[in-house]
Amino acid sequence: MSLEARHVSHAFGNVTALHEVSLTVPRGRCLALVGESGAGKTTLLRCFNRMVVPSSGEVRVDGADVTMRSAVALRRQVGYVPQHGGLLPHWTVLRNVALVPTLLQQPDAAATASRTLEQVGLSPREFGDRYPDELSGGQRQRVALARAIAAQQDVLLMDEPFGALDAISRAELQTLCAALRQDTGATTLLVTHDVLEADFLADEIAVMRRGRIEQVARLDALIAEPATPYVESLLTRALAGGGRRAVS
Amino acid sequence: MIRALAHRALLALLATAVLLSHVVRAQPDTAPIVVASKPFGESYVLAEMLAVLLENNGIPVKRLPGLGTTEILFEAIRSGDVDVYPEYTGTGLIAILKETLTDHALADPRQVFAHVSQSFAARYGVRWLPPFGFENTFALAVRSDTAARHNLRTLSDLARESARLTGGFTPDFIQRPDGLAGLVRAYGDGIRPGTIRPLLPALKYQALAEGAVDVIDGYSTDGLLARYSLVVLEDDRRFFPPYEAAALLGTRAAGRADVVSALSLLSGRLSESTMRALNRRLEVDREDVHRVAVSALEAAGLGATPAASSREQGQVAIAASGESIGAYFWMRRDALLQLTLRHLGLVAVALLLAVVVAVPLGLLLERAQRAAGATLGMLGVIQTIPSIALLAFMVPFVGVGVVPALVALFAYALYPIARATFSGVRDANPAAIEAAEALGMTPRQRLLKVRLPLAAPVIMAGVRTSAVITVGATTLAAFIGAGGLGEPIVTGLALADARMVLFGAIPAAALAVVVDAALALIEKRVKPAHLRR
Repeated sequence: MSLEARHVSHAFGNVTALHEVSLTVPRGRCLALVGESGAGKTTLLRCFNRMVVPSSGEVRVDGADVTMRSAVALRRQVGYVPQHGGLLPHWTVLRNVALVPTLLQQPDAAATASRTLEQVGLSPREFGDRYPDELSGGQRQRVALARAIAAQQDVLLMDEPFGALDAISRAELQTLCAALRQDTGATTLLVTHDVLEADFLADEIAVMRRGRIEQVARLDALIAEPATPYVESLLTRALAGGGRRAVS
Repeated sequence: MIRALAHRALLALLATAVLLSHVVRAQPDTAPIVVASKPFGESYVLAEMLAVLLENNGIPVKRLPGLGTTEILFEAIRSGDVDVYPEYTGTGLIAILKETLTDHALADPRQVFAHVSQSFAARYGVRWLPPFGFENTFALAVRSDTAARHNLRTLSDLARESARLTGGFTPDFIQRPDGLAGLVRAYGDGIRPGTIRPLLPALKYQALAEGAVDVIDGYSTDGLLARYSLVVLEDDRRFFPPYEAAALLGTRAAGRADVVSALSLLSGRLSESTMRALNRRLEVDREDVHRVAVSALEAAGLGATPAASSREQGQVAIAASGESIGAYFWMRRDALLQLTLRHLGLVAVALLLAVVVAVPLGLLLERAQRAAGATLGMLGVIQTIPSIALLAFMVPFVGVGVVPALVALFAYALYPIARATFSGVRDANPAAIEAAEALGMTPRQRLLKVRLPLAAPVIMAGVRTSAVITVGATTLAAFIGAGGLGEPIVTGLALADARMVLFGAIPAAALAVVVDAALALIEKRVKPAHLRR
């Protein structure tokens, strides 16, 4: 499934969050949105599961306008990983992972959840009956990832999924995520602060600033031919600060 | 075997007979006559005498002893919730009609009665029967040593000396136009004691005897005047109007010839000394009010046929003095159980209704947060009304008895539950709720499977708070005739009987603890799984 935004604008009150944004993520590809806080990355991401309904413009998933069908049905087909996992604290790990299959009334939801848990590197026997607050931060994000793909979603929206993790967990999860993408081939939109993470996981990077997309390209191209002074300065800062290529 | 069968057949026959007699008696016009009283000894005795008189004449009676103040009772008799209660002509004149008469007319009890009974009939359709035969006027009393030291015999004497004395007056007396304010008008500002302490009726005699105060207000027939050998100061300027006691009849009772003729038997039959003796038996000797009433009727030649003197109520029996408190409780364990069950019933119904209304309301407010502040604020205001005031407030709208009590208790219980539901649901793990929405849970699923379970501990805390408040507030329901553990508290306060007060207060306190503990168990069950470990 492809993702597409056409001339999307959105405002919260009189603060403009998105200004005439257009972008396309072809089927099976991964696009990373980078930029500073408040640039509109998360707002744009949330347009694709209708958690935000833009003031104007068109948002398409798999070629169809998202407003043409029920938000609930759409969301069950779109995987979502928020920054802090957003796991339901009163449900076990297994039940959390089985959430969407259960909502879709799949008969083998529990078995599917078990399998998916294995896929993200957690033993269902050891972790299935635990509650989220009995897990480490990295384990929680693995569960969140499993929950987002358990129903074989073709689209994955990830909002700073590893932003709150320590460096080692982060590297592990980035590797895991890359592997899963290979396996599932889900079309992915990734919001991140981290240019190197974006480069590692995504096919292309979209640099956002103040509700607009400044440039969409691979990291090499962004470095070699920055379209605007802002892109150039952002990359200079990011690369000087990071210095290390994530996991390569 | 045969004996057992015969025994059973006999029982069945008896039961049928009882049933039949009930059916026969349940004619439309024989709904029980509701007899009420104010919460002080004399009113209890008079009401009980009226009730017994009716029963002796085969008229079924429902008793609401100590139902409430003048305002509540009069409202109840106008609305038909109460049919009969003893009232005083002076109170009718000043507190109800809010009138006064010329000094000349005031001096004559017959003129006052004529004026009051005509005005009541014309204005309210409420009928005064001819007075019982005694007056129970306001009186100011001092200890005999105070009287001797300050040379006090009349209220004029008191006006001379009052600045050096401490007054212990009931709030009622301090407020009423025929109380302190009127006295000041009649005797000058000097009559106002240098210090005034507001005291409950039940406490003032003891306070006077112990020297905590020097002057108290009382009634001329108080049984306690004699007990503490007090000096009643003469109203030498005849300020207080006559307070002749008489039966007040609502429309339904006044329209029934059998009721009127039965109750009229008591007119003119009680002298002031008789009444004072009866009050003394009740308030000082702690005799049972029913026994006092029956023997007084016998003494007046109005005695019952033995069969007719059965008594249906009697939840609160008055103690013979000298029992230990343990024995007191034990002897009344059946009554205690009944009062407790009644209390618990009131609490349960009020609380259940409050949960049913306040939880959805809290959820609704969380959806419409703009309305939340105002709505919760309004419920909070209800919470700040003293419960006794709230109960009294209900009377004109819904009358007396169980329904207004439930309405008031319900209104009282709403706020903590609505508030807890509102904030519990609002503050419950926003990240989890957001994710649940983004992954395709419907609003209903989010509410039932995520929001409510996560908010459950907070909501239950609100319910527990409400429950404990309601157990306490329900003791006040007795003031408007709804029964429960407040009944002995109200009666005990009226009769200055500490043991009787404790008979209601201790179980009520225990009940609050038990109810809270029971709800704690429920809370444990609704606690989300991850918090149970």
